[in-house]
Amino acid sequence: MSAVMITRKVTRKWEKLPGKNTFCCDGRVMMARQKGVFYLTLFLIVGTCSLFFAFECPYLAVHLSPAIPVFAVLLFVFVVAMLLRTSFSDPGVLPRALPEEANFIEMEIEAANGNVMAGQRPPPRIKNVQINNQIVKLKYCYTCKIFRPPRASHCSICDNCVDRFDHHCPWVGNCVGKRNYRYFYLFTLSLSLLTIYIFAFNIVHVVLRSVDSGFMNTLKETPGTVLEVLVCFFTLWSVVGLTGFHTYLISLNQTTNEDIKGSWSGKNRVQNPYSHKNFIKNCCEVLCGPTYPSVLDRRGVMLEDSTRPTPSDASAASTYKSTNPVSQTTKSSAPLIPNEHTPEEAKPSIGAGTQKSTSSPKEEKPPSPTSPNAVAPAVIKESAH
Amino acid sequence: MASLHYYELMTETSLHSSINFHNLQELRHSASLANKVFIQRDYTDGTVCKFQTKFPSELDSRIERTLFEDTVKTLNNYYAEAEKIGGQSYLEGCLACLTVYLIFLCIETRYEKVLKKISRYIQEQNEKVYAPRGLLITDPIERGMRVIEISVYEDRGSSGSSSGSSTTSSSGR
Repeated sequence: MSAVMITRKVTRKWEKLPGKNTFCCDGRVMMARQKGVFYLTLFLIVGTCSLFFAFECPYLAVHLSPAIPVFAVLLFVFVVAMLLRTSFSDPGVLPRALPEEANFIEMEIEAANGNVMAGQRPPPRIKNVQINNQIVKLKYCYTCKIFRPPRASHCSICDNCVDRFDHHCPWVGNCVGKRNYRYFYLFTLSLSLLTIYIFAFNIVHVVLRSVDSGFMNTLKETPGTVLEVLVCFFTLWSVVGLTGFHTYLISLNQTTNEDIKGSWSGKNRVQNPYSHKNFIKNCCEVLCGPTYPSVLDRRGVMLEDSTRPTPSDASAASTYKSTNPVSQTTKSSAPLIPNEHTPEEAKPSIGAGTQKSTSSPKEEKPPSPTSPNAVAPAVIKESAH
Repeated sequence: MASLHYYELMTETSLHSSINFHNLQELRHSASLANKVFIQRDYTDGTVCKFQTKFPSELDSRIERTLFEDTVKTLNNYYAEAEKIGGQSYLEGCLACLTVYLIFLCIETRYEKVLKKISRYIQEQNEKVYAPRGLLITDPIERGMRVIEISVYEDRGSSGSSSGSSTTSSSGR
């Protein structure tokens, strides 16, 4: 071994993750790409509360009770904490299938579909599973190359499949999914309370002060009041409405995505197989359920030379390590573990080059010459979104 | 040491009381990866994490059915324990909410504790049961909890065996 210390920059896995997320703090923070509206949300909350603390609280603390600003501070801290937690956490992103898994699924699909005549379109990639005695269709995701688990959906803004996908919220700057739905709900709930609180005490303050000094003088003394009332008035309708909507969804154990698509509504359609048919049980499952771990492993270290452009050879030597699993991602265009497959194996050539933006790798597959032509447009079409 | 057949190496090291990690590395170096088998999720009970116990045909000649089913059933039980919605999970949820979820900076969630147990169990199963048979299980969390990936290894010495999904003609046994 060389005595010279080779300083290599540690590459963490988040740097190589596919998808359109931005990462901060060396992978600890995960958000969507467009963060403008999130900054607006933060500004509105912090700005309005600052005005409240500056103008109303001194008067109210003296004339009514010091508990009023104290409670306002607690509520404000809770709101901001929930907002940050929702925005910065992994919503439940499902990692993309590694090439071998993708091939395995492809083979299963072809075995299930049988022979497709030349010129005919292959049947859509759907798997039927029975969940609690209801038939649910699982769709195949062409980008992530997996059959999406039930309730998962692909977010086109973040370009990830998210488990229990609710919706992509621009106000929060992130998707809302299995892992951060409860924080999102608590955020909307606490923000509703905060808005109502500030609105109510603004009115109380104006009334109390007007009794002493007159209405116009009050507005001159505390100009912030007008601004606060305006912001709170418009926020109230939207946020309280949203909280009510999500309370309804939680009581039925549905996601916004399912509600919009009408998955469980209508007589001929399937009833919601995930609902416990009990309002309390549904609420408890969503709000007090277990805290699911992130399966993305953003901060894991990728064992590769920083000088090598593709991680193929280095990752081949580290296939089984407890701290660092296989680091091949779909972005790598190098062949997969070339040294380890026996020469007769046709599979590695299929696994090579599974970039979604390149031409279809399926052309190399020997057994069914008709399917690549049908699959290739589907693959390229999916990558165009 | 390098000339020892890897199966003999496995049985030899497994007899030692201190089973360390390096025998699995030896498996990697002296054997070649022939195939990977993926055990899919079983969604019949909903979205809880559960894997199918159906025995894949590719492993027919490599491992006994009961051993495989035991492994998968134990894993399923671990996941069920982690995702159980009951008194402890409510307590954890409410306590965390009251502390604005800052308590998770100090303590580990129940799910994380069970994941550590699972990881230890898989490592133990690999060392005791699967590596001697030329197989290796990958922890599902490294595959997004979607599949249990079982890597099937073949001794490099018998590279003349047929390719494809079945690896029955291994001369190592």
